[in-house]
This record gives sequence, C-alpha cells and structure tokens, in this order.
Amino acid sequence: MRDVHVSAIADAVKKLCMEANWNLEPDMLRAFDRALGTERSAAGRQVLQILKDNAQLAATRRIPYCQDTGMVVCFVELGQDVHVTGGGLVDAINEGVGQGYREGYLRASVVRSPFDRVNTGDNTPAVIHVDVVPGATLRIMIMAKGGGCENRSKYKMLTPAEGLPGVKDFIIECVKTAGPDACPPLVLGVGIGGTFEKSAILSKKALFRELGSPNPDPALDALEHELLDRANGLGIGPQGYGGDTTSFGIHLLTYPCHITSLPVAVTIECHAHRHKEVTL
Amino acid sequence: MSVRVAPDGIKDVTTPLDDEDVASLRAGDRVRISGVLYTARDAAHGRLLPLIEQGQPLPFDVRGQIIYYTGPSPARPGDVVGSIGPTTASRMDRFTPALLRLGLKGTIGKGYRGAAVKDALREHRAVYFGAIGGAGAVLSRHVKALAVIAYEDLGTEAIRRLEVEGFPAIVINDCHGGDLYQDGQKAYAREGA
Repeated sequence: MRDVHVSAIADAVKKLCMEANWNLEPDMLRAFDRALGTERSAAGRQVLQILKDNAQLAATRRIPYCQDTGMVVCFVELGQDVHVTGGGLVDAINEGVGQGYREGYLRASVVRSPFDRVNTGDNTPAVIHVDVVPGATLRIMIMAKGGGCENRSKYKMLTPAEGLPGVKDFIIECVKTAGPDACPPLVLGVGIGGTFEKSAILSKKALFRELGSPNPDPALDALEHELLDRANGLGIGPQGYGGDTTSFGIHLLTYPCHITSLPVAVTIECHAHRHKEVTL
Repeated sequence: MSVRVAPDGIKDVTTPLDDEDVASLRAGDRVRISGVLYTARDAAHGRLLPLIEQGQPLPFDVRGQIIYYTGPSPARPGDVVGSIGPTTASRMDRFTPALLRLGLKGTIGKGYRGAAVKDALREHRAVYFGAIGGAGAVLSRHVKALAVIAYEDLGTEAIRRLEVEGFPAIVINDCHGGDLYQDGQKAYAREGA
C-alpha cells in the first residue's frame, strides 16, 4: 500500500482548477491555429483571432479565459494499492475546488439546491466519478464545465434498428440545436452504449482525450472524421456568425449494451474547453 | 445621434440610445459601445419581472439603456473586474419583451432569441447585440468602472452599472427583422450536411 495524504490531493485539485481556467491547454490553442488557416469566413477568422488573443491575455494576467469558470467535473482513477490518509477522498477534492476558486479569483457558479438556488460561494461541490484501477497511483482529471454549452447537451435512447445512421443524425442534430448558444467552435463528447447513466458518463470522459489525437479504435476514428466534416458543413461557424469551423472535434466512446437498447449521450463543450490532469 | 460610422467601418455607439439610433443599426454591423451598460442575468431578471407586473419602480431607469447578460468573475486586487463575457440570451427571453415595453433599447448576449423577442424588437424599436462568448478576458479591458447597484446578495448575478469604452459587439437582431445568424450561416451551409 502507498499512502497519499488528503492535503496532497486538495493541493493538486486547487492547482488544476486555477491553471485550467487561466491557461487554455495546448491542444485547444493548436485547434485555433489550424482553424485560422482553413476558415473562409472573415467574421469567423476574426472571432478565432480574438479568442486566441483572449487565451493569451488570460494566461498573462492570470484571469479566467471565460467568466463562466464552470462546475468542476472530476474523474479519479484510484489505484487499488493507494491508501488515502488524513480524511476522505471526496472531501479532499471539494476542499481543493473551494481553495482554487476562492484564491484564483474564479467565479462561484454553483447553487446549493436546484430549487432555492442559493450560491455555495466557492463553487463546491464538484461532480466526482471514481474508478478503482490496478496500481499504486492516483490520477485526477478535472474539467471546468461551462453552463451555457452544458445546457445544450442531450440524451436519446435509440432503437437497435435505428442503428448507426440514427446515431449519426442525432449527433448532428445536437450540433444544430446547440448553435451559437453553446459558443462554437464546439468540442463534442459522445457516449454510445451502456445504460442511461453509463452513456452520459462516457460522454464526459470522452472529452478528456487530447484534441486532434486519433481515436484508438480505427472504425470510431473514421466515424469521428465523418461526423466532424458533416458538423462543419452546417455553416454555423465561430460564434454562429457563419463559417466553416463549427466544431474542433467529436470524440466517441462506446460500451457494450443490452439487446434492446442503443443509448446515445452527447456532451456539448464550448471552445473554452478547460481540462487538466495530474497523477499523484 | 449616438451612432457614428468610424473610418474603419465600425459603428461607434454611445449610450443612451433613441429610436433613431436603433433604426440605424443593421444585422451584421460591427459596433463599439461606449457609455453605460447594466448587467443582469437569470436571477436579477427573476426579481425585475414581479416589479414590472406590480407597476413598481425598477432599480434603474431602463429607458434608452442596454442590458448586458453577464455574470463577471471576481476582480483581482487593483482590477476593475475579472473576466466578463456574455451568457446565453435565450434564458432571458421570457423577461425581455416586458423590459422593451418600458423603453429598454438594447440587450447584449450570445445565442438565438425566440420569436417573441424578435417581434418585440420590431414593435418597440430595440436591438440585440452579440458579444463574443468566451472572450471574457479581452472584454474585461473595455470596462472602466463598475458599481453594484442592486441585489448584492446575488453575487455574480447582482445588477451592476458598468462604464465601458469601445466595447466590441455585433448586431445580431435589428429592429427591421434582420438576423445575422440566419444570413451568416446560410452563406456557409453545405448541401446535405
């Protein structure tokens, strides 16, 4: 067994939250550069350039790239030979989130109840998914998930007969209905298969793959390219002002499912795709 | 007249706006707004609507003014504001016609507006501007002063009075029925996509 103290976990999460919001990841910055080379719309190129400048300014001044600094979604891969000491794992993660948002001048965007809507003041709690895996390390992945795009995320239970064509049409429909509301260029995480909740969790997890990297499954990789091409043919463009760059990437994850089911969950992510991870 | 075309083709807009100013703005026009903006989003609108329904005064006189749909991040010491980009406008659709009826002349946000809002823009002569969603750091540089004027308990959702200089935006929906999203997207949509 390897001991990991909760203070190390809280400290790591605090840093991830601040860094994710101040510094857009290199895969996103590369996506802006690629799109600036291909976008035909002048308005679209202008938006992309301003967003690139925005990333630079945010990093330099250590202010958030977007004022919506998100609700924290946290995936943890807990090695089964790790012994968390000094307190609870979930409490430590939330402690880190609270510290990061308070000390990093990040916006508190979480309310304690969907009904009374009183702000918790420090962006806690996070949404936390824990997987127990072999090994003696603790991997923490966080995403600062914006609300505007999350509100356009969708789920549909298709029939097996609707099959792959039905899945494709649903994903493209999601891009269409998200439109300018979700701050395109979008990144899509899609979970296909499993059960109702499994597909939704996969749709979030899919977003952690590096943008521009191939899907390890060649068939899914080809499908991702086909879907991306179709999404970018919709004409929505950066901010919906019209253009070729509606999406930077569509990431798919699949899981076995019941003979009766074909669940599809689509998480819509904006261009402020803030994700970061650390292994302790 | 509070709208002037600058040599670079961008329209300089100074608040407050009157009907003539609004009429001169067309979907797709790039603008730089200077003067005063009031921030309000979901929770603040939720408090304004009952006041309007009961005929009570609002925390600020909306006539000729522009509401910016935003909830800024906290300012670092020495800064006026943190990051301050637009939020999705359609969540405010249910409140907007009532405010336009009172004389509000503009809103700034991102994303589609519903048919009722577009109709109200025509009827009451008002305009919907888009600011670049997610460009909150860049937009913060255009905010020169900030004061919370109502609902401080709402935190980021409180109503703030902003003094802005050259705040960049684009006309999405004008008072003539023009719609940048429709026109812009049609130009790049591929057959069968």
